[in-house]
Order: sequence, then C-alpha cells, then structure tokens
Amino acid sequence: MGFEVLLKGKNPVRLLAGLGVALRISLISVVISILLGLIIGTLMTMKNPLIHAVSRIYLEIVRIMPQMVLLFIVFFGFTKMTGHNLSAEVSSVIVFSFWGTAEMADLVRGCLTSIPAIQYESSKALGLSRVQTYRYVIIPQIIRRLLPLSINLITRMIKTTSLIMMIGIVEVLKVGQQIIEANRKTSPHAAFGVFAAIFILYFLACWPISCLSKYLEKRWEN
Amino acid sequence: MEEKEILKVDHLTKKYEDLTVLEDISFSLKKGEVVVVVGPSGCGKSTLLRCINGLEEIQDGKVSIEGKTGMVFQSYDLFPHLSVLQNLMLAPLKVQKRKKEEVQKEAEQLLERVGLLAKAKQYPRQLSGGQKQRVAIVRALIMHPEVLLFDEVTAALDPEMVREVLDVIMDLAKQDKTMLIVTHEMAFARAVADRVIFLDGGSVIEDTDPENFFGSPRTERAKRFLRTFEFESVNAS
Ligand SMILES: Nc1ncnc2c1ncn2[C@@H]1O[C@H](COP(=O)(O)OP(=O)(O)O)[C@@H](O)[C@H]1O
Ligand SMILES: [Mg+2]
Repeated sequence: MGFEVLLKGKNPVRLLAGLGVALRISLISVVISILLGLIIGTLMTMKNPLIHAVSRIYLEIVRIMPQMVLLFIVFFGFTKMTGHNLSAEVSSVIVFSFWGTAEMADLVRGCLTSIPAIQYESSKALGLSRVQTYRYVIIPQIIRRLLPLSINLITRMIKTTSLIMMIGIVEVLKVGQQIIEANRKTSPHAAFGVFAAIFILYFLACWPISCLSKYLEKRWEN
Repeated sequence: MEEKEILKVDHLTKKYEDLTVLEDISFSLKKGEVVVVVGPSGCGKSTLLRCINGLEEIQDGKVSIEGKTGMVFQSYDLFPHLSVLQNLMLAPLKVQKRKKEEVQKEAEQLLERVGLLAKAKQYPRQLSGGQKQRVAIVRALIMHPEVLLFDEVTAALDPEMVREVLDVIMDLAKQDKTMLIVTHEMAFARAVADRVIFLDGGSVIEDTDPENFFGSPRTERAKRFLRTFEFESVNAS
C-alpha cells in the first residue's frame, strides 16, 4: 500500500519538519495579518474617501489575484527589480500577510459596522465614558465576533501554504513528493501511503483549530 | 408642598443642517410629575428626548436638569454579551463606583419587582421582547435618575407583551417617579399622564391635562391626530 516508506530512515522526521515549515509560515503570517487587519479594518470604518478608495482597490486586488501569481510576483519580481534576493520564506510570509490582512481587515470592518449605534447611545445614556464604552461594551462584542473568524483564517492559511513549494520551499507536500521520487523503484505505490499521511497531518493540524473556532462561535452567539 | 422643577426645557431649537426638527420648545417637569408626549410620527419626539439627555447637540435654548436622566429606547438595547444581572450592574459599578454587594442586592430587588428575578443569570437573547424592555427599565432605574425618559418603549413589541411593560411604568408612576414618556398607546397615556404635551411639526401645539387633551382638544391639529386612533378603537370594540 506504500505505507512502508513512511517509516524509512528519517522520513517521519522530514514529513513533520515539512509540516512545521508550513505551520511556521502560516502562524507568522496570521499574526501579522491580525495586527495589520485590526488597524486597516478600523481605518476603513472612517468616512475618509481616500482611505475608502485605497482599501477598495486593495481588497479587489487580493480577491482577483490567485495567491500563486502573487507569490511569483513577489519572489521572482522583487529579485528582478531590485537585484536583491528575497528568500522564499520571506516572500511567502509577505504574500500570505498581504492576503490575510485584506481578509482580516474586511472582517474587522464588518464587525465594527455591525455593532448597532444604539449600543453606543445606551452606553452614553447610562453615563459610561467613551473609553468605558469601548472597554466594557464595544470591544468585548467585537472580540466575540472576530475571534472565531480569525481562527478560521489560520486554518485557511495552513491549507494555502501547500502553494509555497512552487517557489522552492520544502514543506510537507514537497517532502512527500521527494519521498515518493526516492522510492519509486522499491515502493511503486508509495504515493498512496505518503499522501494519506499528509492528509492526516493536515487534518491533525487544522481540525483542533476549527473545533475551537466552532466552540467559541457557539458559546458566544448572541 | 413646594414642587420643585426637576427638568426645564427653555426655548429649545434643534436643527439637522437646514432641517429644523424642534423649534422653540419650552416646558418643565416638577418632581413626581408624569408628562406624556404624543404626536405624529416624525414630529420630533425622539429628538426631543435625545436633546434632553445630551445625545444630540442643540442649536439654541437650554435644557436644565436637577440631577441626571435615565432613558429607555424603543429598540432593544441591552448589551448582548452580558447577562441580565451584568447589564444592570455595569453602570452602577463603573460609573457610580458603588459597592458590588449593594448594587447586586438592589438589582435583584428591582428584578423581583418587575417579575424577572429568575432571569438574572440569562442573556438578552434568551428573553422575550417584553422581558428585555423590563430589564432595560430596571437598568435605567438602578442609576437612580431624577428623570426617566421613555421613547416608545412598547412600539417594537408584539401586542401581547405591551401590557407587561406598561404595567411596570404605571407602577413607577405610583412611586412618584418623574417621567417624560413618549408613547402611541393613547389609553395608557390618558391613564398615566399628569400632563400631555402634543408635539407637531417640531413645536408644542398643546400642553394640558389629559382630560382636556383627550376629552376636548383645543386645536384642529390635535383633533386630527386623535382621530387617527379612532379607527383602531372602533375596530377593537
Ligand atoms: N440624524 C438625523 N439627521 C437628519 N434628520 C434627522 C435625524 N434624526 C431625525 N431626523 C429627522 O428629524 C425629524 C424628527 O425625527 P424623530 O425625532 O425621530 O421623530 P419622532 O420620534 O417623533 O417620530 C424627522 O423628520 C427625521 O427625519
Ligand atoms: Mg421616535
């Protein structure tokens, strides 16, 4: 069935290390995306027409461009344009953050505008100061809406990292391919075993995160 | 007994850009008085209450209040992420810096009084519209405001829940609370009011006692306004 190659030599460690690369890149990108997304999303709720136009264009670009194209543009294009080499890992963090920030900013904007004006008004009518209103009324509601959605973003990030082998990063999928290649003679069916293992690895990485997100959503639904 | 003026509105004018919504409004409320404001939709009733409690800036005139106001809105405005008890305790603890035990005791007493003590630990989403509005009333009350403002608090309710909320307000009137009530429930207005203010086109058209207003309105506009409710009562009887 091709499972025998999984335990051969350093293969299990290599596969796990590959997954580690994918997880590292997604986590770094998610942290950047959340921080920038919070700032940009908040800016987007202001009624400044320039910010409005720029953010619209940004969101549209992210929506239209396949991540792969963005990866190629950043990885190869940057080198061509500046003569400096940008490492593949840095390139992918840039692209995933570019994408994730747009997603996050849109989520933040959506959450902020979905808080009804009456929540601010009744806070004021009760005598809460502006700071108190945000601290006790608005931000807790935003976090409750935002947290499950941002956790969801992590799993989508992890899945999308399968693209980064296209710019030469040896992540879990690439390791799998290498194992299959190296064992083509001795284990012609290695592909099945290897991809099954990768399937399980992705599942184990994403499933708990997805469960947490569902749990929080349930627990906080209003 | 000398009756002190708690709320005084003096030549109040409110504009949104070019649109004058309230023009030269003057009236006052004495301690313990219940004044009902009626008038056609869009005549500025909500705006008047919002000017009184400082949610809107005013362009001319003056609002003076002996103490502070509490307000209950038409739409449900409880904080959805807080339980009923937490909704009630937030402002007393954070704004008035009162002691937790004392506030909780008062919250529970007030909930008991409106028949909702069993709901203390529940969240707004678990309450009916009528229950939410009763909690909102308690949330305003627990701040001990000198004047209570009600803006059509039953307008968004299913008919069978209107009564339970109006009963609570009636009960407050019996406790001599000072209240300014905007409502479309004419029978309730007549029963609860010490005075009725009829607002139309942003001005006070009549300011009189309920017997006069409902029995023999002076102005044509008030008569016309009151006639719009007749169909309802003919239908109902
Ligand atoms: N924020 C606002 N900007 C512009 N016009 C407003 C605003 N709020 C209310 N108005 C206008 O003021 C008038 C009075 O509104 P409102 O006080 O809500 O009336 P009521 O409560 O009596 O139905 C309406 O014509 C309404 O369109
Ligand atoms: Mg209104």
